[in-house]
Amino acid sequence: MSSFEIGTIFQIAGLGIIIAIFAAVLKQMNREDYAHWVTLAGVVIILFMVIRALADLFQEIKSMFLFQ
Amino acid sequence: MIQLDIIQIVGFGLAAAILALIVKEYKPVFAFFIVAFAGIVLFLVVIGKIGLIINVVSDLANRSGIPDIYLKTILKIIGIAYVAEFGAQMVRDAGQESIASKIEFAGKVLILVMAIPIINIVVETLLSLIPAGMSG
Repeated sequence: MSSFEIGTIFQIAGLGIIIAIFAAVLKQMNREDYAHWVTLAGVVIILFMVIRALADLFQEIKSMFLFQ
Repeated sequence: MIQLDIIQIVGFGLAAAILALIVKEYKPVFAFFIVAFAGIVLFLVVIGKIGLIINVVSDLANRSGIPDIYLKTILKIIGIAYVAEFGAQMVRDAGQESIASKIEFAGKVLILVMAIPIINIVVETLLSLIPAGMSG
């Protein structure tokens, strides 16, 4: 547990809020398709961060429990 | 050191929950990612401590001369249980109750498969205890 993880949590939350604002603004400008793409891009970026952490976790579990 | 850890863990969990609440209003997907990431990080923290326990237990098993296969099987079963529980809770958080219950079911079946060698050994031992005249 270091400042890295809490920083990443805030990063995810901040990106979520920023993308929500972007989507709202784009929707106001009648660019709904762009809003969807922006949301999708944000989801993919966050997904990469979460997947990396998940890979770390599974590697740890594997080395500890499954394959000694 | 341990006391500090629990304070950090609780603070981390609270921060993640509040952030998830805030973000959920705008984009529920990101709230789910926050919850998932918090779960992963907390699990990672705890698994470091589990390693210490496993070291002690395996040392005890080595000293008492218990065959290696028992401890390995038990550790594998614990690992399967942790992973299945973790995955099921993640999926349940995402709102897919039926997939979560299938993951739990798969975990149970795999644990049973892992336990087959031990069950075999138990049955063999019991059969060898029965006098030859009675088993025939």
